[in-house]
Amino acid sequence: MEQQIPLRYAGRIAVTVLVTGASGMLGRAVAEQLVADGDDVRCFQRRPSGVAGAHDILGSIEDQSAVGTAVRGCSAVVHLAAKVSFTGAASDFDRTNVEGTRLLLDAAQQAGVADVVYISSPSVAHTGTSLVGAPAGPADPIRARGDYARTKANAELLALSRSSSRFRVAALRPHIVWGPGDTQLVERVIDRARHGRLPLLGGGTALIDTTYVDNAATAIVACLRRIDATQGQSLVVTNGEPRPIAELLQGICVAGGVEPPRWSVPGGLARGAGAVIERTWLRMGRADEPPMTRFLAEQLSTAHWFDQRRTRALLDWQPTVSIDEGFHRLAAHYRR
Amino acid sequence: MVALPGVDPSWSTYIDVPSTSGSDSPGTSHRWHYLDNRLGVGGDDDAANGTLLCVHGNPTWSYLWRSYLAAGTAAGWRVIAVDQLDMGYSARTGAFRRLADRVTDLEDFVRAIGLRGSVVTVGHDWGGVVSLGYANRNREHLAGVILTNTAIHQDPDRPIPAPLRLALAPGVHGVGTRTTSTFLDVTLALARPSLDRDVRRAFRDPYRSASDRQGIANFVSDIPVDASHPSYAALTATATGIRSLRVPTLMMWGPHDPIFSDPYLEDLARRMPHADIHRFEHAGHLVQEDADTASTAMEWLATRSVGDAADATDHGSLSEEVPYVPLGRRIDELAAGPEGPVTAVAEMSSSGPPRTLTWRELADDVAAVAAGLRALGHGPGTRVSLLVPPGVDLTVLIYACLRIGAVIVVADAGLGTRGLSRAVRGSAPDVVIGIERALVAARAFGWPGRRISATPLSAARRRVLRVDASLNDLRAATALPDVLADSPVPAADADAAILFTSGSTGPAKGVVYTHRRLAAMRDAVESTLGLGPGTALVAGFAPFALLGPALGATSVTPDMDVTAPRTLTAQALADAADAIGASVVFASPAALRNVRASSGDLSAKGREALGRISLLLSAGAPIPVPLLEAVQGLVPAAALHTPYGMTESLLVADIDLDGIRAAARGAAAGVDGAGNGVCVGHPVHRARVAVSPLDSTGAATGEVTAAPGVTGEILVDAPHVKDRYFRLWKTQQDSARPRPWHRTGDVGHFDADGRLWVEGRLGHVITAASGIVTPVGLEQALELLDGVALAAAVGVGPGGTQAVVAVVEATAGVRRPQLADAQLAAEARSSARERGVELAAVIAVPALPVDIRHNAKIDRARVAEWSSRFLSGTRAGSL
Repeated sequence: MEQQIPLRYAGRIAVTVLVTGASGMLGRAVAEQLVADGDDVRCFQRRPSGVAGAHDILGSIEDQSAVGTAVRGCSAVVHLAAKVSFTGAASDFDRTNVEGTRLLLDAAQQAGVADVVYISSPSVAHTGTSLVGAPAGPADPIRARGDYARTKANAELLALSRSSSRFRVAALRPHIVWGPGDTQLVERVIDRARHGRLPLLGGGTALIDTTYVDNAATAIVACLRRIDATQGQSLVVTNGEPRPIAELLQGICVAGGVEPPRWSVPGGLARGAGAVIERTWLRMGRADEPPMTRFLAEQLSTAHWFDQRRTRALLDWQPTVSIDEGFHRLAAHYRR
Repeated sequence: MVALPGVDPSWSTYIDVPSTSGSDSPGTSHRWHYLDNRLGVGGDDDAANGTLLCVHGNPTWSYLWRSYLAAGTAAGWRVIAVDQLDMGYSARTGAFRRLADRVTDLEDFVRAIGLRGSVVTVGHDWGGVVSLGYANRNREHLAGVILTNTAIHQDPDRPIPAPLRLALAPGVHGVGTRTTSTFLDVTLALARPSLDRDVRRAFRDPYRSASDRQGIANFVSDIPVDASHPSYAALTATATGIRSLRVPTLMMWGPHDPIFSDPYLEDLARRMPHADIHRFEHAGHLVQEDADTASTAMEWLATRSVGDAADATDHGSLSEEVPYVPLGRRIDELAAGPEGPVTAVAEMSSSGPPRTLTWRELADDVAAVAAGLRALGHGPGTRVSLLVPPGVDLTVLIYACLRIGAVIVVADAGLGTRGLSRAVRGSAPDVVIGIERALVAARAFGWPGRRISATPLSAARRRVLRVDASLNDLRAATALPDVLADSPVPAADADAAILFTSGSTGPAKGVVYTHRRLAAMRDAVESTLGLGPGTALVAGFAPFALLGPALGATSVTPDMDVTAPRTLTAQALADAADAIGASVVFASPAALRNVRASSGDLSAKGREALGRISLLLSAGAPIPVPLLEAVQGLVPAAALHTPYGMTESLLVADIDLDGIRAAARGAAAGVDGAGNGVCVGHPVHRARVAVSPLDSTGAATGEVTAAPGVTGEILVDAPHVKDRYFRLWKTQQDSARPRPWHRTGDVGHFDADGRLWVEGRLGHVITAASGIVTPVGLEQALELLDGVALAAAVGVGPGGTQAVVAVVEATAGVRRPQLADAQLAAEARSSARERGVELAAVIAVPALPVDIRHNAKIDRARVAEWSSRFLSGTRAGSL
């Protein structure tokens, strides 16, 4: 079958791509991948991205003029900038995740950008039940769990509603991205395990899909290259290697050189406790992350893994780093 | 009118029909309501194939047939479903309409709508009687008959079913059927599973007021409870008349019916012996609601070429070319010859010397018991359920039944009491012959049929168990040998046996063998294994135990509990072999496992007896090679064979230990297709074997092939394959595609040397995103790992994107299910990866669930269900 790569990418004619949120682990990996492909890459975030070969524009996604400057002259945008947290004021999430996306889309449309890949999250369709070989599912801000998922769902709906043949928008939802330098999952797991504060929930037997960072990055680039096929759609992307959560935590701990968790808390108890801790943390007005939230407890005690067939067919893409290889790379990172 | 889910509004219409019924005054017309699937398509006649005329019973209405109207539209049939007068939305006539009136009414209706072309009558409940009355009197255009849970005859000696007795009881009848809607509600509550609210509402809608329900009350009053009833004559006329109906007939039944239970089906089947029958195992009285009878009916119409439906070509099988020699022929030949005084059958006992019969004694005993059965009035077509353990009596009974053309029904006690009861009832036996324990169950569960005890019982015990005679009584009737002389030799293609499947792969099914096919089974065993006169064999595995006398071989049953093969000890096996100087042993893997385990207790004499064994067969379940090799140590002179087969074809392929080793070498050397499964060798004499390749959904849809390395459902065609399943017409159709193949439900492939490799059950195939995965090869690889005693490979998650999971029985140290430790998980993953399979999880459990009979077949469906709970974060419970 002939591949349907848009003409201007087929010959690797350099295009100008804006990557927002490139100071994070995944944004950086995407920018590096695009640079390696020979594209002209701009990175937009508040702190320097450190991506060699890319042009940094510093600014906030909530700043209209900064965003306008960033998109000018770009033909494509990959939008990763978001407030990612388990806690915080609802209005903060709305401002960054929904209004920031709206600003970016407005500016991009005005500047004549052709293609946008909006990086979303499977949690936009996750209502708290277990997901077993699940399809992507429609974004559902009303039933989404927590402010992060709610605002990401609203922003995804907003982004896809803008998609047309002249302004093509696709939403890609990587599930639990991890790798060297990951502060969201890897660092926290290792830190807690080191202090003996990492329990398994429900024996850690629930199957979970995760995504090694390099795979997430190549999938995002593939989504952009294949925007003909992906525009207007939401796709979940993972390694396609569901594993029991206990094995994942163990793999991370071993790579980080700490003892894996040895004690288990019943899943239902953890979910209940998470809800209480979350409310207490909010009431105390603490800025740091609480040790457990209801959302986190759900994530760590119920199955959520996905049907990857449609994603792989539309992206014409396969992950190149297996979970086991990912653990090796993580271990090498911590040995340095 | 309420919403009618499943009904296209264009189907519903009314017509005024002039009545010729005696219950109406001349010149009366009644308004009928009916459904007609041709009204909506712009023409009410000239449908391609003909018309299905559907008649509901009491207290339903034409709504019952909605699925037939839909299915008929797709299949090119006009389907008309009437509301009988005083029922549904048809007129309330004010007259009491008896059975004869209702048949006349239906004729009036058909005349009024000007029905042309061929007609298939379809009836349910008392509508079945009305439709049969119509069919009986209007044969000119009758093309077929379909019946569902109905009855045409009330045996004057039997009370009518209890629920109807209650409905007719004074003081109950009027209140139950008319004043209140109790009878209606109780009938609708018979649906399994229960009806949707909207559907129940639709059924109730025409019967809201007491006057609406007068027809229901009258219908119940019109049940001919005995010969004095006004409708008894009309019923009897139809019941007699249909005996001469020759049109294709289909009976579809829900056995869980408190009213029209299996005896009524049996009565109809006797009147219309050519009928095709399908019992929907889980369905009840409202079989149309409980099972997809409509599409079965359409498939049947096409298959049987009813009306002008397309002809289905019947491809010939190899089986027709084979000459037929009756199964019991050799018993008489040997009895009459010089072998007459030689031992034919022996039965070991823990409490005394073996019981033996010579060929002459066996022939005489068979003749005596056969004559006794004849004297009781049994003969060709009589179904005899045999609940007697393997041994001399069972052998005699089998050959006596076959001699007089009676059909033996054999179900294994390993089915458990409920499974056994379901099997016995479903086979509607005329006679149950059993040991006392079986007769107690027959009494307790109300199994049909005359009861005969295999062992002598006291008079009191006989009365309690309602036993008519004992096996010795049958023998005593031998004063009349002439009874046998005028007994015709059974036709080769008449039914001979119904053998029930083990139930380890779904609900037990009755497998029907004709005399010709049983004889072919004997021939296949004879030519494949070289068994015949002069051979002496130990029959430690039931199905083959039946065949000893047929082969002309001396056979002995060892002292063991046959329902539990693992009770066979090495010493018991050796004693049995020694008793007849046996050179051949049949046993199951579970029995052999215990034989090996108990071999330390063997006497020197026993060791010597086993040393004389030249052929040992392990059958019934796969046997691990290490066990086979250990058994070889006990029978050093024996060739070890592991034939592959199933109840539907006892022999499909055969291989011996040397062959298994050669196959393993072939796999190691990269012979195309060798490996990935259990090698079962080459097809046996006269058997053709092929596969129907699997598609990506795991369904066996591909073109039949025997090409090496192609995985598919294993198909077999041989003279000794089953004739059909008993009263499972649809199941039989599905198992015989394309003709003449039998679909085994196993998956496997051939290698380039023509050897067959079995990869597991079709229903256990895993459909991962990367492709299909069959369990057996993967399980074998996992079982090679340290710490793994037994492994199951199952899929969790939706078909097409299943995660592959290994559940392993650990050799030690696992007290409850848990994720395997890191080292075992890594080894298992790496072993699976070599086979191109990614394991999502490796779970260690104390024990995997295996079948009771063989302790070998893993219940993978249960393992898969449990694993998906375990791996989804919900409470999994114990496996």
